[in-house]
Amino acid sequence: MANFYPFDSAEIMKKQRSLKRALLSDGSKRIEKKIAVLGGSTTNGIVDMLELFLLYYGIKAEFYQCEYAQYWQDAMFGAELREFQPDFVFIHTTSRNISAFPEMSMSKEEVDGLLKNQLEHFTVMWDKLREDLSCPVIQNNMEMPYWRLLGNKDCADFHGRVNFVTRLNGGFYDYAAAHSDFYIHDINYLSASLGLEKFSDPLYWNMYKYAVAVPFFPDFAFSLAKIFASLLGKNKKVLALDLDNTLWGGVVGDDGVENLALGQEVPLGQAYCEFQSYIKAQKQLGVLLTVCSKNDRENAIAGLEHPDGVLRPDDFTVIKANWDPKSLNIQQTAKELDLLPESIVFVDDNPAERAIVGDMGIETPPMDGIENYIKTLDKGGYFEVTNFSADDLRRVEMYKQNAERAAAQSSFKDYGEYLDFLEMKAVIEDFSPINLARVTQLTNKSNQFNLTTKRYSPAEMEKVYKSENYIRLCGRLTDKYGDNGIVSVVIGEKQGDVLDIQLWLMSCRVLKREMEFAMLDVLVQKAREQGITKLVGHYYPTPKNSMVKDLYMDFGFTKTEEDGEGNTRWELSIDPYENRTSHIEIN
Amino acid sequence: MDEIYERLNGVFRDVFDDESITVNEDTTADDIEDWDSLNHITLIDAVESEFGVRFTMGEVSGMKNVGEMANIIKERM
Repeated sequence: MANFYPFDSAEIMKKQRSLKRALLSDGSKRIEKKIAVLGGSTTNGIVDMLELFLLYYGIKAEFYQCEYAQYWQDAMFGAELREFQPDFVFIHTTSRNISAFPEMSMSKEEVDGLLKNQLEHFTVMWDKLREDLSCPVIQNNMEMPYWRLLGNKDCADFHGRVNFVTRLNGGFYDYAAAHSDFYIHDINYLSASLGLEKFSDPLYWNMYKYAVAVPFFPDFAFSLAKIFASLLGKNKKVLALDLDNTLWGGVVGDDGVENLALGQEVPLGQAYCEFQSYIKAQKQLGVLLTVCSKNDRENAIAGLEHPDGVLRPDDFTVIKANWDPKSLNIQQTAKELDLLPESIVFVDDNPAERAIVGDMGIETPPMDGIENYIKTLDKGGYFEVTNFSADDLRRVEMYKQNAERAAAQSSFKDYGEYLDFLEMKAVIEDFSPINLARVTQLTNKSNQFNLTTKRYSPAEMEKVYKSENYIRLCGRLTDKYGDNGIVSVVIGEKQGDVLDIQLWLMSCRVLKREMEFAMLDVLVQKAREQGITKLVGHYYPTPKNSMVKDLYMDFGFTKTEEDGEGNTRWELSIDPYENRTSHIEIN
Repeated sequence: MDEIYERLNGVFRDVFDDESITVNEDTTADDIEDWDSLNHITLIDAVESEFGVRFTMGEVSGMKNVGEMANIIKERM
């Protein structure tokens, strides 16, 4: 079901039952997760809507809700919550839950004390949840107060409620910056964007104890669901962009470069410039930009070299400018990038092209009117950032290097010679505090080269990291074109003299580079050092990981079990074992 | 008034995901199995969206049956 966004909130509110029924019966496989919702106001209707949006993202949630407004007591002491063993906790508090605001008679010191108390009410709870549940915590920040005693001065004076809420939010952000696995759901921005007056309409509070106005439940749930989707690896990775009337006004082949609307002179040209700046900024997140345009290639390049343009030809990892159907170009783009087509967002002003590409199950946001382009992409939340690692910054560069490698490959007489030419060096070692975030991120977004598709929250990964019972490996691969970063992760649990391999994954950008064999060689070496004599591997099929169905067979394992769903179990005796890597230098 | 009831039928059917529902002025929450307090909130919201009206707190609290709801809608339209 492509294109949930933009949606008609009223329609979704009204038809939520049949929408849910349709999603549940569409036959798609979904990740199952347990979510505890701890509310400071009524949560039922919000949870219903969140469930719907998560289904859309491929997540089937089981919910726990605390008794009305018992979020703090439940977080601190609730036995049922702890038995539930949530994968996520969402704390739905709002400025209705601020128990005391400054009084005009208070001194600065008194207000500071009050602020400290209000903040500690939350930090104590967050600490306790992290300690007891070791799962990600998602916390609303505070929306601005519904009324202002001081009017405009309310924001600047320490007695003001707006000032107080702003400072309290600052305390929330400090906690978020200092703690992993803690995420802010920004209802302050959401309420501003939707309109605070309507968002905080007191009718819904007085009638039903809802702190968020009922008509906004879909917007609220969408905003929140994006965080879950991002944490569970559902983000998109590529923006495939049309050119004519998408990145500039006019048709470059007909109008000529000099007549395109692009640049600061005319309003339309300005708008396209702003949009190009917005697109260029996405590169900072590691989003890959590609061109998908019906044009002669030379015209496309000429347009991208427009002196007043912001984007340049080398901002794009792949440029498809030809007269083939766009659906074909999108498929080829995905193939060249070693990514699934569904990780692409297709950006085109032409509804007919969108309809064809949309039929492939690809998101095709409705780009209607240049003045709406940025809003449409931005609110779609395709690249929601939850955890950001240094590798994200380098991803665009790495994909570029891959393209250069592919070009080099064709000039060698056999594949082994090509691999030697690459001068590959691997560093394969235990996890460390420095690489733990990247290891977790890679674990939660790898779908294709992933034997078990087991996901770990940062807290769970931390536990694995600190335990003596595991052999952990993460592998970094460099070659003459550059550093690929951490590309492979293996986790095995020691069970006597057997090592049970619970996670084996690799980034597809280093496919066919012998890296999986390098990982195996090091794993065997470490296992033998620790008295292990046998490795046990598992393959659990998903719609995306068929490429590694036979990996353990290729490794020389013997299949010992297979069930009706294609889940297989494999064994390898590692005494004796001969190293398999011959083209990578392992350190 | 008939038109209001026809549109109300559509809203009720969508909200309760039940095509067999037909409401009249005497219909109350007792007549529709899933009409509980949670769905009531969704229903009020959907009716407001359908007719482009807003019920006041007093009206929401005081509505005894679908007939009273339809009367308020008629006054506002």
